[in-house]
Amino acid sequence: MAEPAISFQGVTRRYPQKRGAADVVALQDISLDVPQGAITGIIGRSGAGKSTLLRMVNGLERPSEGKVIVNGHDVGAASDAALRGIRREVGMIFQHFNLLASRTVAENIALPLEIAGVDPLKISGRVQELITRVGLTAQANRYPAELSGGQKQRVGIARALATGPRVLLSDEATSALDPDTTRQVLDLLKDINRDLGLTILLITHEMAVVRDICSHVAVIEAGQIVEAGETYSVFSRPTHATTRSFLQGVTGVAVPQFVAGQLRDEPESLQSEAVVQITFTGQHATDPMLARLTSERGVSVNILAGAIEEIGDKPFGSLIVGLPMGRLDESRRFLEQHGLLTEVLGYVG
Amino acid sequence: MSANLIPILLESTLQTLYMVAMSTLLGTLIGAPLGIFLATSRKGELLSAPWLNKMLGLIVNAARSTPFIILVVAIIPLTRLIAGTSIGTTAAIVPLTIAAAPFIARLIETAIREVDAGLIEAARAMGATPWQIVRKVLIPEAKPGIILGLTLAVVSLIGYSAMVGAVGGEGLGDLGIRYGYQRFMPEVMLAVVIILIVLVQLVQSLGEWIAARFDKRAPRNRGR
Repeated sequence: MAEPAISFQGVTRRYPQKRGAADVVALQDISLDVPQGAITGIIGRSGAGKSTLLRMVNGLERPSEGKVIVNGHDVGAASDAALRGIRREVGMIFQHFNLLASRTVAENIALPLEIAGVDPLKISGRVQELITRVGLTAQANRYPAELSGGQKQRVGIARALATGPRVLLSDEATSALDPDTTRQVLDLLKDINRDLGLTILLITHEMAVVRDICSHVAVIEAGQIVEAGETYSVFSRPTHATTRSFLQGVTGVAVPQFVAGQLRDEPESLQSEAVVQITFTGQHATDPMLARLTSERGVSVNILAGAIEEIGDKPFGSLIVGLPMGRLDESRRFLEQHGLLTEVLGYVG
Repeated sequence: MSANLIPILLESTLQTLYMVAMSTLLGTLIGAPLGIFLATSRKGELLSAPWLNKMLGLIVNAARSTPFIILVVAIIPLTRLIAGTSIGTTAAIVPLTIAAAPFIARLIETAIREVDAGLIEAARAMGATPWQIVRKVLIPEAKPGIILGLTLAVVSLIGYSAMVGAVGGEGLGDLGIRYGYQRFMPEVMLAVVIILIVLVQLVQSLGEWIAARFDKRAPRNRGR
Protein backbone atom coordinates (compact mmCIF):
# COMPACT_ATOMS: atom_id res chain seq x y z
CA MET A 1 0.00 0.00 0.00
CA ALA A 2 1.14 3.54 -0.74
CA GLU A 3 2.54 5.73 1.99
CA PRO A 4 -0.36 7.18 4.02
CA ALA A 5 -0.98 10.91 3.60
CA ILE A 6 -1.35 11.37 7.33
CA SER A 7 -0.14 9.00 9.99
CA PHE A 8 -0.94 9.33 13.68
CA GLN A 9 1.51 7.23 15.69
CA GLY A 10 0.68 6.67 19.32
CA VAL A 11 -0.63 10.22 19.73
CA THR A 12 -1.63 11.33 23.21
CA ARG A 13 -2.72 14.85 24.11
CA ARG A 14 -2.91 15.93 27.71
CA TYR A 15 -3.92 19.32 29.02
CA PRO A 16 -2.15 20.07 32.30
CA GLN A 17 -4.45 21.55 34.93
CA LYS A 18 -3.59 24.00 37.65
CA ARG A 19 -2.38 22.92 41.08
CA GLY A 20 -2.45 19.21 41.54
CA ALA A 21 -5.60 18.49 39.52
CA ALA A 22 -5.14 15.50 37.22
CA ASP A 23 -4.35 16.27 33.58
CA VAL A 24 -7.25 16.21 31.18
CA VAL A 25 -6.53 13.58 28.55
CA ALA A 26 -8.11 14.66 25.26
CA LEU A 27 -6.55 11.92 23.14
CA GLN A 28 -5.23 8.59 24.31
CA ASP A 29 -2.64 6.69 22.28
CA ILE A 30 -4.20 7.22 18.86
CA SER A 31 -2.73 5.35 15.91
CA LEU A 32 -4.39 5.86 12.57
CA ASP A 33 -3.30 6.00 8.94
CA VAL A 34 -5.18 8.25 6.57
CA PRO A 35 -4.80 6.90 3.03
CA GLN A 36 -3.52 9.08 0.20
CA GLY A 37 -6.20 10.49 -2.10
CA ALA A 38 -9.15 9.17 -0.10
CA ILE A 39 -11.87 10.88 1.91
CA THR A 40 -11.59 9.77 5.51
CA GLY A 41 -14.11 10.68 8.16
CA ILE A 42 -13.54 10.83 11.89
CA ILE A 43 -16.86 10.61 13.64
CA GLY A 44 -17.52 11.21 17.29
CA ARG A 45 -19.70 13.07 19.71
CA SER A 46 -18.75 16.52 20.86
CA GLY A 47 -15.93 16.32 23.37
CA ALA A 48 -14.71 12.99 22.00
CA GLY A 49 -11.45 14.59 20.86
CA LYS A 50 -12.00 14.67 17.11
CA SER A 51 -11.33 18.37 16.85
CA THR A 52 -8.04 18.08 18.75
CA LEU A 53 -7.04 15.20 16.50
CA LEU A 54 -7.78 17.19 13.33
CA ARG A 55 -5.83 20.21 14.59
CA MET A 56 -2.74 18.05 15.09
CA VAL A 57 -2.49 17.61 11.33
CA ASN A 58 -1.61 21.27 10.73
CA GLY A 59 0.06 21.81 14.06
CA LEU A 60 -2.64 24.00 15.62
CA GLU A 61 -2.32 21.44 18.42
CA ARG A 62 0.80 19.51 19.26
CA PRO A 63 0.89 15.98 20.64
CA SER A 64 2.07 15.43 24.21
CA GLU A 65 3.36 12.05 23.09
CA GLY A 66 3.63 10.28 19.76
CA LYS A 67 4.08 11.55 16.24
CA VAL A 68 1.91 13.04 13.53
CA ILE A 69 3.42 12.56 10.08
CA VAL A 70 1.87 14.60 7.24
CA ASN A 71 3.22 14.32 3.69
CA GLY A 72 6.40 12.92 5.24
CA HIS A 73 6.85 15.80 7.73
CA ASP A 74 6.86 15.25 11.47
CA VAL A 75 4.40 18.03 12.34
CA GLY A 76 4.69 17.73 16.11
CA ALA A 77 8.45 18.30 16.00
CA ALA A 78 8.49 21.00 13.30
CA SER A 79 9.87 24.47 14.06
CA ASP A 80 7.51 27.44 13.71
CA ALA A 81 9.00 28.31 10.32
CA ALA A 82 8.82 24.72 9.07
CA LEU A 83 5.27 24.49 10.36
CA ARG A 84 4.22 27.51 8.28
CA GLY A 85 5.56 25.73 5.20
CA ILE A 86 3.67 22.54 6.07
CA ARG A 87 0.47 24.52 6.65
CA ARG A 88 0.57 25.79 3.08
CA GLU A 89 0.33 22.17 1.95
CA VAL A 90 -2.69 21.57 4.18
CA GLY A 91 -5.94 23.46 3.54
CA MET A 92 -8.61 23.76 6.20
CA ILE A 93 -12.32 24.56 6.23
CA PHE A 94 -14.41 25.37 9.28
CA GLN A 95 -17.90 24.94 10.66
CA HIS A 96 -18.39 28.69 10.96
CA PHE A 97 -16.47 29.41 7.74
CA ASN A 98 -14.10 31.92 9.39
CA LEU A 99 -14.16 34.33 6.47
CA LEU A 100 -12.91 37.88 6.85
CA ALA A 101 -15.94 40.16 6.96
CA SER A 102 -13.85 43.05 5.66
CA ARG A 103 -12.83 41.26 2.46
CA THR A 104 -14.87 40.34 -0.60
CA VAL A 105 -15.16 36.76 -1.82
CA ALA A 106 -12.23 37.26 -4.19
CA GLU A 107 -10.14 38.99 -1.54
CA ASN A 108 -10.82 36.23 0.97
CA ILE A 109 -9.65 33.61 -1.51
CA ALA A 110 -6.55 35.70 -2.22
CA LEU A 111 -5.56 35.84 1.46
CA PRO A 112 -3.60 32.57 1.68
CA LEU A 113 -1.79 33.51 -1.53
CA GLU A 114 -0.83 36.89 -0.09
CA ILE A 115 0.35 35.15 3.06
CA ALA A 116 2.43 32.71 1.03
CA GLY A 117 4.05 35.66 -0.73
CA VAL A 118 2.71 34.84 -4.20
CA ASP A 119 3.40 37.49 -6.84
CA PRO A 120 0.39 39.87 -6.75
CA LEU A 121 0.16 39.72 -10.55
CA LYS A 122 -0.42 35.97 -10.41
CA ILE A 123 -2.95 36.11 -7.59
CA SER A 124 -5.95 37.41 -9.52
CA GLY A 125 -5.70 34.70 -12.19
CA ARG A 126 -5.50 31.98 -9.57
CA VAL A 127 -8.41 33.49 -7.62
CA GLN A 128 -10.53 33.63 -10.76
CA GLU A 129 -9.83 29.97 -11.42
CA LEU A 130 -10.85 29.02 -7.87
CA ILE A 131 -14.02 31.12 -7.96
CA THR A 132 -15.06 29.34 -11.13
CA ARG A 133 -14.19 25.98 -9.61
CA VAL A 134 -16.60 26.53 -6.69
CA GLY A 135 -19.26 28.20 -8.82
CA LEU A 136 -19.27 31.70 -7.31
CA THR A 137 -18.44 33.78 -10.38
CA ALA A 138 -21.42 36.07 -9.80
CA GLN A 139 -20.51 36.69 -6.16
CA ALA A 140 -16.80 37.48 -6.61
CA ASN A 141 -17.12 41.06 -5.37
CA ARG A 142 -19.68 40.47 -2.63
CA TYR A 143 -18.91 40.49 1.06
CA PRO A 144 -19.46 37.36 3.20
CA ALA A 145 -22.38 39.01 5.04
CA GLU A 146 -24.24 39.06 1.72
CA LEU A 147 -23.85 35.31 1.10
CA SER A 148 -25.83 32.23 2.16
CA GLY A 149 -24.22 29.61 4.39
CA GLY A 150 -23.57 27.30 1.47
CA GLN A 151 -21.94 30.08 -0.53
CA LYS A 152 -19.77 31.00 2.44
CA GLN A 153 -18.55 27.44 2.73
CA ARG A 154 -17.75 27.45 -0.99
CA VAL A 155 -15.59 30.49 -0.39
CA GLY A 156 -13.99 28.60 2.49
CA ILE A 157 -13.26 25.67 0.20
CA ALA A 158 -11.83 27.87 -2.56
CA ARG A 159 -9.66 29.63 0.01
CA ALA A 160 -8.44 26.31 1.41
CA LEU A 161 -7.48 25.15 -2.10
CA ALA A 162 -5.72 28.38 -3.07
CA THR A 163 -2.17 27.33 -2.29
CA GLY A 164 -2.63 23.95 -3.98
CA PRO A 165 -2.55 21.79 -0.85
CA ARG A 166 -2.29 18.01 -0.90
CA VAL A 167 -4.45 17.56 2.15
CA LEU A 168 -7.75 19.24 3.04
CA LEU A 169 -8.99 19.25 6.62
CA SER A 170 -12.67 19.79 7.26
CA ASP A 171 -13.83 20.76 10.73
CA GLU A 172 -17.57 20.04 10.82
CA ALA A 173 -17.84 21.93 7.55
CA THR A 174 -21.50 21.09 6.99
CA SER A 175 -22.77 21.15 10.56
CA ALA A 176 -24.09 24.70 10.28
CA LEU A 177 -25.84 24.05 6.95
CA ASP A 178 -29.30 22.79 6.03
CA PRO A 179 -29.63 19.33 4.42
CA ASP A 180 -29.83 20.56 0.82
CA THR A 181 -26.82 22.81 1.19
CA THR A 182 -24.96 20.06 3.03
CA ARG A 183 -25.57 17.82 0.05
CA GLN A 184 -24.15 20.41 -2.36
CA VAL A 185 -21.07 21.09 -0.26
CA LEU A 186 -20.41 17.35 0.13
CA ASP A 187 -20.73 16.90 -3.62
CA LEU A 188 -18.23 19.69 -4.14
CA LEU A 189 -15.78 18.01 -1.75
CA LYS A 190 -16.25 14.73 -3.58
CA ASP A 191 -15.57 16.40 -6.94
CA ILE A 192 -12.44 18.07 -5.61
CA ASN A 193 -11.21 14.80 -4.16
CA ARG A 194 -11.71 13.09 -7.49
CA ASP A 195 -10.42 15.85 -9.77
CA LEU A 196 -7.39 16.91 -7.76
CA GLY A 197 -6.58 13.64 -6.04
CA LEU A 198 -6.70 15.59 -2.80
CA THR A 199 -6.64 13.68 0.48
CA ILE A 200 -9.56 14.85 2.64
CA LEU A 201 -9.75 14.29 6.38
CA LEU A 202 -13.01 15.45 7.89
CA ILE A 203 -14.51 15.38 11.33
CA THR A 204 -18.24 15.21 11.87
CA HIS A 205 -20.89 14.06 14.27
CA GLU A 206 -23.24 13.11 11.42
CA MET A 207 -23.05 9.56 10.13
CA ALA A 208 -24.83 10.69 6.96
CA VAL A 209 -21.75 12.71 6.01
CA VAL A 210 -19.58 9.62 6.39
CA ARG A 211 -22.06 7.50 4.45
CA ASP A 212 -22.27 9.99 1.61
CA ILE A 213 -18.64 10.77 0.90
CA CYS A 214 -16.14 8.91 3.08
CA SER A 215 -14.40 5.81 1.81
CA HIS A 216 -12.74 5.34 5.20
CA VAL A 217 -13.96 6.06 8.68
CA ALA A 218 -12.65 6.11 12.22
CA VAL A 219 -14.99 6.25 15.19
CA ILE A 220 -13.66 8.15 18.18
CA GLU A 221 -15.03 7.97 21.70
CA ALA A 222 -13.56 9.55 24.83
CA GLY A 223 -10.22 10.24 23.18
CA GLN A 224 -9.77 6.78 21.72
CA ILE A 225 -10.42 5.28 18.34
CA VAL A 226 -12.85 2.45 18.88
CA GLU A 227 -13.27 1.37 15.30
CA ALA A 228 -11.61 2.21 12.00
CA GLY A 229 -11.47 0.92 8.46
CA GLU A 230 -13.23 1.17 5.13
CA THR A 231 -16.62 2.77 5.61
CA TYR A 232 -18.31 -0.14 3.95
CA SER A 233 -16.95 -2.78 6.26
CA VAL A 234 -17.42 -0.68 9.36
CA PHE A 235 -21.02 0.01 8.37
CA SER A 236 -21.80 -3.58 7.57
CA ARG A 237 -20.09 -5.07 10.64
CA PRO A 238 -20.10 -2.44 13.37
CA THR A 239 -18.47 -3.96 16.44
CA HIS A 240 -18.62 -1.08 18.91
CA ALA A 241 -21.71 0.30 20.63
CA THR A 242 -20.80 3.88 19.64
CA THR A 243 -20.63 2.92 15.99
CA ARG A 244 -23.98 1.20 16.23
CA SER A 245 -25.60 4.19 17.81
CA PHE A 246 -24.24 6.46 15.08
CA LEU A 247 -25.46 4.01 12.46
CA GLN A 248 -29.03 4.02 13.70
CA GLY A 249 -31.03 6.11 11.33
CA VAL A 250 -28.49 6.29 8.54
CA THR A 251 -28.38 2.72 7.34
CA GLY A 252 -31.82 2.39 5.99
CA VAL A 253 -34.19 1.02 8.43
CA ALA A 254 -35.70 0.94 11.83
CA VAL A 255 -38.27 -1.50 13.19
CA PRO A 256 -41.72 -0.09 12.36
CA GLN A 257 -43.64 1.35 15.31
CA PHE A 258 -46.44 -1.23 15.33
CA VAL A 259 -43.85 -4.02 15.64
CA ALA A 260 -41.51 -2.23 18.00
CA GLY A 261 -44.32 -1.85 20.53
CA GLN A 262 -44.81 -5.61 20.78
CA LEU A 263 -41.17 -6.64 20.60
CA ARG A 264 -40.01 -9.01 23.38
CA ASP A 265 -36.63 -10.35 24.29
CA GLU A 266 -37.81 -13.99 24.47
CA PRO A 267 -40.25 -15.89 22.23
CA GLU A 268 -43.54 -16.84 23.88
CA SER A 269 -44.02 -20.05 21.90
CA LEU A 270 -43.07 -21.81 18.70
CA GLN A 271 -45.85 -19.83 17.05
CA SER A 272 -43.98 -16.60 17.71
CA GLU A 273 -42.26 -14.76 14.94
CA ALA A 274 -38.62 -13.68 15.17
CA VAL A 275 -37.81 -10.16 13.99
CA VAL A 276 -34.50 -10.35 12.19
CA GLN A 277 -32.34 -7.64 10.66
CA ILE A 278 -30.60 -8.85 7.52
CA THR A 279 -27.70 -6.84 6.15
CA PHE A 280 -26.78 -7.29 2.52
CA THR A 281 -23.37 -6.23 1.39
CA GLY A 282 -21.47 -6.09 -1.87
CA GLN A 283 -22.80 -8.23 -4.68
CA HIS A 284 -25.18 -9.98 -2.27
CA ALA A 285 -27.19 -6.81 -2.01
CA THR A 286 -28.64 -7.57 -5.39
CA ASP A 287 -29.11 -11.34 -5.02
CA PRO A 288 -32.71 -12.43 -4.50
CA MET A 289 -31.83 -14.37 -1.34
CA LEU A 290 -35.19 -14.04 0.35
CA ALA A 291 -36.96 -15.36 -2.73
CA ARG A 292 -34.63 -18.33 -2.69
CA LEU A 293 -35.24 -18.91 1.02
CA THR A 294 -38.92 -19.18 0.26
CA SER A 295 -38.68 -21.22 -2.94
CA GLU A 296 -35.88 -23.59 -1.93
CA ARG A 297 -36.67 -24.04 1.77
CA GLY A 298 -40.35 -23.20 1.86
CA VAL A 299 -39.91 -20.61 4.63
CA SER A 300 -42.41 -17.78 4.47
CA VAL A 301 -40.74 -14.44 5.00
CA ASN A 302 -42.64 -11.43 6.28
CA ILE A 303 -40.92 -8.21 5.19
CA LEU A 304 -41.38 -5.44 7.74
CA ALA A 305 -38.99 -2.73 6.57
CA GLY A 306 -36.09 -2.35 4.25
CA ALA A 307 -33.87 -0.17 2.13
CA ILE A 308 -30.98 -0.47 -0.23
CA GLU A 309 -28.55 2.39 -0.61
CA GLU A 310 -25.01 3.10 -1.63
CA ILE A 311 -22.15 3.48 0.77
CA GLY A 312 -18.72 4.15 -0.62
CA ASP A 313 -20.15 3.49 -4.09
CA LYS A 314 -21.17 -0.05 -3.14
CA PRO A 315 -24.73 -1.24 -2.67
CA PHE A 316 -25.70 -1.75 0.94
CA GLY A 317 -29.03 -3.21 1.92
CA SER A 318 -30.75 -3.62 5.17
CA LEU A 319 -34.03 -5.49 5.70
CA ILE A 320 -36.11 -6.21 8.73
CA VAL A 321 -38.16 -9.37 8.33
CA GLY A 322 -40.32 -11.66 10.40
CA LEU A 323 -39.34 -15.36 10.31
CA PRO A 324 -41.34 -18.21 11.89
CA MET A 325 -39.70 -19.35 15.16
CA GLY A 326 -39.60 -22.97 14.08
CA ARG A 327 -37.51 -22.22 11.03
CA LEU A 328 -35.34 -19.47 12.51
CA ASP A 329 -32.03 -21.28 12.96
CA GLU A 330 -32.25 -23.01 9.60
CA SER A 331 -33.10 -19.73 7.83
CA ARG A 332 -30.28 -17.82 9.48
CA ARG A 333 -27.81 -20.56 8.52
CA PHE A 334 -29.01 -20.44 4.92
CA LEU A 335 -28.64 -16.63 4.73
CA GLU A 336 -25.25 -16.58 6.46
CA GLN A 337 -23.95 -19.25 4.08
CA HIS A 338 -24.78 -16.90 1.25
CA GLY A 339 -22.85 -14.02 2.75
CA LEU A 340 -25.64 -12.11 4.45
CA LEU A 341 -25.48 -10.89 8.02
CA THR A 342 -28.38 -11.59 10.34
CA GLU A 343 -29.20 -10.32 13.76
CA VAL A 344 -32.24 -11.18 15.87
CA LEU A 345 -33.79 -7.97 17.19
CA GLY A 346 -36.57 -9.64 19.22
CA TYR A 347 -39.75 -11.65 19.01
CA VAL A 348 -43.42 -10.94 18.53
CA GLY A 349 -46.56 -12.94 19.22
CA MET B 1 -21.05 90.14 22.30
CA SER B 2 -18.85 92.67 20.63
CA ALA B 3 -17.56 92.00 17.17
CA ASN B 4 -13.93 92.05 18.24
CA LEU B 5 -14.49 88.81 20.12
CA ILE B 6 -15.16 86.91 16.89
CA PRO B 7 -11.47 86.75 15.85
CA ILE B 8 -10.56 85.60 19.36
CA LEU B 9 -13.15 82.84 19.23
CA LEU B 10 -11.93 81.80 15.82
CA GLU B 11 -8.31 81.77 16.93
CA SER B 12 -9.15 79.75 20.03
CA THR B 13 -11.08 77.24 17.96
CA LEU B 14 -8.10 76.79 15.68
CA GLN B 15 -5.81 76.37 18.69
CA THR B 16 -8.10 73.70 20.10
CA LEU B 17 -8.22 71.92 16.76
CA TYR B 18 -4.43 72.09 16.53
CA MET B 19 -3.89 70.65 20.01
CA VAL B 20 -6.48 67.91 19.52
CA ALA B 21 -5.23 66.98 16.06
CA MET B 22 -1.59 66.82 17.08
CA SER B 23 -2.20 64.89 20.28
CA THR B 24 -4.55 62.46 18.49
CA LEU B 25 -1.91 61.87 15.83
CA LEU B 26 0.96 61.45 18.27
CA GLY B 27 -1.19 59.54 20.74
CA THR B 28 -2.20 57.12 17.97
CA LEU B 29 1.40 56.66 16.88
CA ILE B 30 2.26 55.55 20.41
CA GLY B 31 -1.09 54.03 21.39
CA ALA B 32 -1.77 51.91 18.30
CA PRO B 33 1.32 49.67 18.51
CA LEU B 34 0.83 49.50 22.27
CA GLY B 35 -2.83 48.52 21.89
CA ILE B 36 -2.02 45.90 19.27
CA PHE B 37 0.65 44.46 21.52
CA LEU B 38 -1.64 44.43 24.56
CA ALA B 39 -4.31 42.65 22.52
CA THR B 40 -2.01 39.89 21.31
CA SER B 41 0.56 39.23 24.02
CA ARG B 42 -1.27 37.54 26.86
CA LYS B 43 -0.21 34.01 27.65
CA GLY B 44 -0.76 31.68 24.71
CA GLU B 45 -1.67 34.47 22.31
CA LEU B 46 0.03 35.36 19.03
CA LEU B 47 2.92 37.36 20.45
CA SER B 48 2.79 35.66 23.83
CA ALA B 49 4.81 37.76 26.30
CA PRO B 50 2.80 37.66 29.50
CA TRP B 51 5.28 39.57 31.68
CA LEU B 52 5.77 42.45 29.29
CA ASN B 53 2.01 42.50 28.75
CA LYS B 54 1.43 42.83 32.50
CA MET B 55 4.10 45.53 32.87
CA LEU B 56 2.72 47.63 30.02
CA GLY B 57 -0.79 47.06 31.29
CA LEU B 58 0.23 48.46 34.68
CA ILE B 59 1.84 51.52 33.11
CA VAL B 60 -1.23 52.14 30.96
CA ASN B 61 -3.50 51.84 33.98
CA ALA B 62 -1.31 54.16 36.03
CA ALA B 63 -1.33 56.80 33.30
CA ARG B 64 -5.07 56.48 32.88
CA SER B 65 -5.85 56.75 36.57
CA THR B 66 -3.93 60.01 37.02
CA PRO B 67 -6.37 62.94 36.81
CA PHE B 68 -5.51 64.94 33.71
CA ILE B 69 -5.01 68.25 35.48
CA ILE B 70 -2.48 66.60 37.83
CA LEU B 71 -0.74 64.92 34.89
CA VAL B 72 -0.38 68.29 33.19
CA VAL B 73 1.41 69.81 36.18
CA ALA B 74 3.35 66.69 37.18
CA ILE B 75 5.11 66.32 33.86
CA ILE B 76 6.13 69.93 33.40
CA PRO B 77 9.88 69.02 33.43
CA LEU B 78 9.27 66.43 30.71
CA THR B 79 7.23 68.93 28.72
CA ARG B 80 10.08 71.44 28.95
CA LEU B 81 12.51 68.76 27.80
CA ILE B 82 10.44 67.82 24.76
CA ALA B 83 8.84 71.11 23.71
CA GLY B 84 11.61 73.44 24.93
CA THR B 85 9.08 75.30 27.05
CA SER B 86 6.40 74.33 29.51
CA ILE B 87 4.07 77.15 28.55
CA GLY B 88 1.85 77.60 25.52
CA THR B 89 -0.32 75.73 23.08
CA THR B 90 2.45 73.59 21.57
CA ALA B 91 3.73 72.65 25.02
CA ALA B 92 0.22 71.53 25.93
CA ILE B 93 0.42 68.88 23.25
CA VAL B 94 2.86 66.90 25.42
CA PRO B 95 0.50 66.16 28.35
CA LEU B 96 -2.43 65.71 25.93
CA THR B 97 -0.44 63.10 24.01
CA ILE B 98 0.61 61.34 27.19
CA ALA B 99 -3.03 61.18 28.27
CA ALA B 100 -4.21 60.12 24.82
CA ALA B 101 -1.73 57.31 24.16
CA PRO B 102 -2.78 54.86 26.91
CA PHE B 103 -6.45 55.66 26.30
CA ILE B 104 -6.10 54.97 22.58
CA ALA B 105 -4.08 51.84 23.39
CA ARG B 106 -6.95 50.43 25.47
CA LEU B 107 -9.54 51.35 22.85
CA ILE B 108 -7.55 49.64 20.11
CA GLU B 109 -6.90 46.64 22.32
CA THR B 110 -10.63 46.29 22.91
CA ALA B 111 -11.44 46.61 19.20
CA ILE B 112 -8.87 43.94 18.31
CA ARG B 113 -10.08 41.57 21.00
CA GLU B 114 -13.52 41.74 19.37
CA VAL B 115 -12.15 39.97 16.28
CA ASP B 116 -13.42 36.38 16.14
CA ALA B 117 -10.74 33.94 17.33
CA GLY B 118 -11.78 31.66 14.46
CA LEU B 119 -10.25 34.13 12.01
CA ILE B 120 -6.92 33.96 13.81
CA GLU B 121 -7.10 30.19 13.70
CA ALA B 122 -7.90 30.24 9.98
CA ALA B 123 -4.94 32.53 9.30
CA ARG B 124 -2.63 30.36 11.39
CA ALA B 125 -3.83 27.34 9.42
CA MET B 126 -2.80 29.18 6.24
CA GLY B 127 0.73 29.46 7.56
CA ALA B 128 0.56 33.17 8.42
CA THR B 129 3.23 34.70 10.67
CA PRO B 130 2.02 36.60 13.74
CA TRP B 131 2.85 39.88 12.01
CA GLN B 132 0.85 38.85 8.90
CA ILE B 133 -2.09 37.99 11.15
CA VAL B 134 -1.92 41.42 12.77
CA ARG B 135 -1.61 43.24 9.47
CA LYS B 136 -3.93 41.23 7.24
CA VAL B 137 -6.54 39.97 9.68
CA LEU B 138 -6.70 41.78 13.01
CA ILE B 139 -6.33 45.40 11.89
CA PRO B 140 -8.63 45.21 8.84
CA GLU B 141 -11.28 43.27 10.77
CA ALA B 142 -11.08 45.61 13.77
CA LYS B 143 -11.09 48.74 11.62
CA PRO B 144 -14.69 49.88 12.30
CA GLY B 145 -14.13 49.41 16.04
CA ILE B 146 -10.77 51.19 15.91
CA ILE B 147 -12.33 54.17 14.12
CA LEU B 148 -15.13 54.41 16.66
CA GLY B 149 -12.50 54.20 19.41
CA LEU B 150 -10.47 57.01 17.87
CA THR B 151 -13.64 59.07 17.59
CA LEU B 152 -14.18 58.62 21.30
CA ALA B 153 -10.54 59.58 21.93
CA VAL B 154 -10.90 62.80 19.90
CA VAL B 155 -14.05 63.75 21.78
CA SER B 156 -12.29 63.15 25.10
CA LEU B 157 -9.26 65.16 23.97
CA ILE B 158 -11.49 68.11 23.09
CA GLY B 159 -12.60 68.00 26.70
CA TYR B 160 -9.05 67.60 28.07
CA SER B 161 -7.78 70.46 25.93
CA ALA B 162 -9.97 72.82 27.96
CA MET B 163 -7.79 72.15 31.00
CA VAL B 164 -4.41 73.03 29.54
CA GLY B 165 -5.02 76.71 30.16
CA ALA B 166 -3.50 75.88 33.54
CA VAL B 167 -0.08 75.72 31.89
CA GLY B 168 -0.64 78.48 29.42
CA GLY B 169 -2.14 76.33 26.70
CA GLU B 170 -4.71 78.36 24.87
CA GLY B 171 -7.79 77.24 23.01
CA LEU B 172 -11.53 77.30 23.67
CA GLY B 173 -11.46 76.09 27.24
CA ASP B 174 -8.90 78.66 28.24
CA LEU B 175 -10.92 81.38 26.51
CA GLY B 176 -14.03 80.32 28.37
CA ILE B 177 -12.25 80.48 31.73
CA ARG B 178 -10.42 83.76 31.16
CA TYR B 179 -13.15 85.74 29.41
CA GLY B 180 -16.32 83.98 30.37
CA TYR B 181 -15.54 83.26 34.02
CA GLN B 182 -12.79 85.63 35.17
CA ARG B 183 -14.03 88.67 33.19
CA PHE B 184 -17.72 87.97 33.76
CA MET B 185 -18.58 87.65 30.05
CA PRO B 186 -21.22 84.89 30.05
CA GLU B 187 -21.84 85.39 26.31
CA VAL B 188 -18.25 84.22 25.67
CA MET B 189 -18.77 81.21 27.87
CA LEU B 190 -21.96 80.41 25.96
CA ALA B 191 -20.23 80.82 22.60
CA VAL B 192 -17.40 78.52 23.71
CA VAL B 193 -19.82 75.87 24.89
CA ILE B 194 -21.81 76.05 21.65
CA ILE B 195 -18.67 75.73 19.54
CA LEU B 196 -17.54 72.74 21.61
CA ILE B 197 -20.93 71.07 21.24
CA VAL B 198 -20.85 71.59 17.49
CA LEU B 199 -17.27 70.28 17.27
CA VAL B 200 -18.07 67.14 19.23
CA GLN B 201 -21.18 66.52 17.14
CA LEU B 202 -19.20 66.87 13.93
CA VAL B 203 -16.42 64.58 15.13
CA GLN B 204 -18.88 61.95 16.34
CA SER B 205 -20.91 61.97 13.12
CA LEU B 206 -17.83 61.87 10.95
CA GLY B 207 -16.36 58.98 12.97
CA GLU B 208 -19.57 56.99 12.75
CA TRP B 209 -19.87 57.63 9.05
CA ILE B 210 -16.31 56.45 8.35
CA ALA B 211 -16.73 53.40 10.60
CA ALA B 212 -19.92 52.43 8.76
CA ARG B 213 -18.11 52.71 5.44
CA PHE B 214 -15.59 50.13 6.60
CA ASP B 215 -18.08 47.88 8.31
CA LYS B 216 -19.05 45.04 5.97
CA ARG B 217 -20.34 42.78 8.71
CA ALA B 218 -24.04 43.25 8.17
CA PRO B 219 -25.68 43.84 4.81
CA ARG B 220 -27.30 47.23 5.04
CA ASN B 221 -28.96 49.63 2.68
CA ARG B 222 -25.78 51.34 1.80
CA GLY B 223 -24.84 52.77 -1.56
CA ARG B 224 -22.53 50.71 -3.66
